[in-house]
Amino acid sequence: MNKARQNPLNTAAMHGALILYTLIALFPVFVIIINSFKTRRSIFREPLALPDAESFSLIGYQTVMKQGDFFLYFQNSLIVTVVSLAFVLLFGAMAAFALSEYKFKGNTLMGLYLALGIMIPIRIGTVAILEMMVATGLVNTLWALILVYTAQGLPLAVFILSEFMRQVSDDLKNAGRVDGLSEYTIFFRLVLPLVRPAMATVAVFNMIPIWNDLWFPLILAPAEETKTLTLGSQVFIGQFVTDWNAVLSALSMAILPVLVLYVIFSRQLIRGITSGAVK
Amino acid sequence: MTALTLTNVNKSFGTVEVLKDISIEVEDGEFVVFVGPSGCGKSTLLRVIAGLEDVTSGEVRIGGELMNLTPPSKRGIAMVFQSYALYPHLNVRKNMSLALKQEGQSKQVIEERVAKASKMLNLEPYIDRYPSELSGGQRQRVAIGRAIVREPKLFLFDEPLSNLDAALRMNTRLEIANLHQQLDASMIYVTHDQTEAMTLADKIVVLRDGRVEQVGSPMELYNNPANQFVAGFLGAPSMNFFPASVIGDSADTTLGIRPEDLYLTDDGPLTANVTHVEHLGGDTNVIAMMQGHQITARLFGQHDVNTGEAVRLAYVQDRTYSFDRKGTRLS
Repeated sequence: MNKARQNPLNTAAMHGALILYTLIALFPVFVIIINSFKTRRSIFREPLALPDAESFSLIGYQTVMKQGDFFLYFQNSLIVTVVSLAFVLLFGAMAAFALSEYKFKGNTLMGLYLALGIMIPIRIGTVAILEMMVATGLVNTLWALILVYTAQGLPLAVFILSEFMRQVSDDLKNAGRVDGLSEYTIFFRLVLPLVRPAMATVAVFNMIPIWNDLWFPLILAPAEETKTLTLGSQVFIGQFVTDWNAVLSALSMAILPVLVLYVIFSRQLIRGITSGAVK
Repeated sequence: MTALTLTNVNKSFGTVEVLKDISIEVEDGEFVVFVGPSGCGKSTLLRVIAGLEDVTSGEVRIGGELMNLTPPSKRGIAMVFQSYALYPHLNVRKNMSLALKQEGQSKQVIEERVAKASKMLNLEPYIDRYPSELSGGQRQRVAIGRAIVREPKLFLFDEPLSNLDAALRMNTRLEIANLHQQLDASMIYVTHDQTEAMTLADKIVVLRDGRVEQVGSPMELYNNPANQFVAGFLGAPSMNFFPASVIGDSADTTLGIRPEDLYLTDDGPLTANVTHVEHLGGDTNVIAMMQGHQITARLFGQHDVNTGEAVRLAYVQDRTYSFDRKGTRLS
C-alpha cells in the first residue's frame, strides 16, 4: 500500500476536496428540489431556505400532474433514451469490433469517416434531417428521435470502443476461433464483457444529452403524443409569465430516471473494472 | 502417414514478406519445434497452420487433406497460447468443455474427456475455479487441458512457457514431454528458447527472416550445422566465432569452436586474457579476449581461474567448423 495514501492528513485533504466538489456539483440540484416544494412567494423571497410549515406547498407538482399528460412525456423520454442508447451501444460496438479486428481495404478511411461525426455537430444537418423525416413519414414519431440520437451517438461510441477493443488480447479471440466459436459468439461472449467499462462510459456520455435535448423533439416530434419530458416542461415557461413551481417540480421529477439509469451503468462500470482485471 | 505437410508456403502482409517458400513435413507422433530469434516468422507460421492466417501462396495439408481454406475449428488441431487465453467468464471445467460443446459431442463424452484431462494434468482440485483464481502455472495447465480434451490430430504450442518463471518452466517442460509420450500425438511447438528446442524436439526447424535455415534432429543440428546462424543459435553458451587468420589460416573464413571443445593447457595455440569467470559449480565458464575477439570456454568441473589472467587454450582438432563470408558451412 502506498504510504502517502495511509497518511491521515492526506486522506482528510483528499476527502475534503472530494466533498467540496460534490457539494458544489449538487448545490443547484439541491436548490431546485427544495424550491419545488415551496409556494411561489417564498421561492422568490428566500430561495435558499428549506421549506417549512408556512412555505411548504405541493402546488407545483399538482400543476404538473394536471397540465398535459406528464406520464406520457416521461414514458416518451425514457423510450427514446433507452432505445437510442441500446442502438448506439450495439451498433457502435459492432462497428468498433469490425474496425479493430478485421483487415479490409479502406479500414482506416472508414474509421476516420466514422470519427468525423465527432467534430461535426449533427444539428447543422437539421433541415436535411427534417426533410428526410417528412419524406419517410417519420415526423411526430419516436422513431425519428431514436434514429437521430443513434446517429448522433455512434461516432464517439465507435471511436472509444474501437480503442478499447484493440486492447483485448488477440490470443483470446483466436482461442475462441480454434474452439469453433462463431465471430458473433466471440464478439458477444468474449469481447463485450471485457470492454464493459468502456460501454458504460459511452452510455453515460450519451444518456445525458439525449435526455436533456430540446432541439430535436421540438423540430421532429412536437405532437402531443410524442412530446418528451424536456419539451413537455416548456409549457410552463412563457414569454411573459413563468410558472416556476411547475417548472421546478417537473425538473425535479425529470432527474429521477436519469439517476436510476446512471446507478445501473456505474455499477456495470465498477463490475467491469474488476472483471477486466483477469489476465 | 504425415500429420502435416507444408508445400512452398508464402505469407506476406502487404508488401512485407513474412514467410518465404517454406516446405516442412511433420510425421505422425513427431514432436517438432520451430525455433528462431524474435521476428523470424515462427509464430506466423504456426498461425498459418492453425488457420488463423491465410497463406498468400502454397499448400497446407493436415493428415493429407488440403486445409488452405478450412476454418481453424475444422482442421483437427488444438492450440495453446502464450498468454493462456482462458475464457475469463468460465470456470476451468467450462473452459475445457466449450470446444466439445461447439463440436456437438454428447454430455457423457464431454464429461469423460474433461475428467481424463484434468486427472492427467492434476487439475481436479481447481475444476470449479475461475481463471482469475489460478496461478500462472495452473492457468497454463488449463490451457493445455483445453487442447487435450479435443483429441486433435495436431497440437500447436505458441511459446507456452515464456510467461512462467524459471523453476515452473522446467517442470512444465517435463510435463509437456510426458504428455507427448502418453498421447502419442503430433505436436508443433514454437519457441525462441534453444534449450526448450533441444530438450523437447524430435525434429527442430530453425527459422530466420521467414526462411527455413535447417531441419533435423537436435543432435544433427548441433553437430552438423548447415551455416553460421544455426551453429551460433543452438548451444549455450553459444559457439565462438573468429577469423581463421587468428590461427594462421585465410582471413576469408570464419572459424567456429564450441565452448566445451576449448580447454586450458600450458602449450595451447591460443592466448587470451580472461575478462570474466562464471563459476556454476558443475561447470566453469571462462570468458576471455583473444586479439580483440571474445571467446568463451566451458570447462567441466571447478577451475581456479582469475579475471585478468593470461591463459593458453587448445581445442579439439576435429571439432572445429569453418564458414565462408556468407556464413555457409565449408567444413
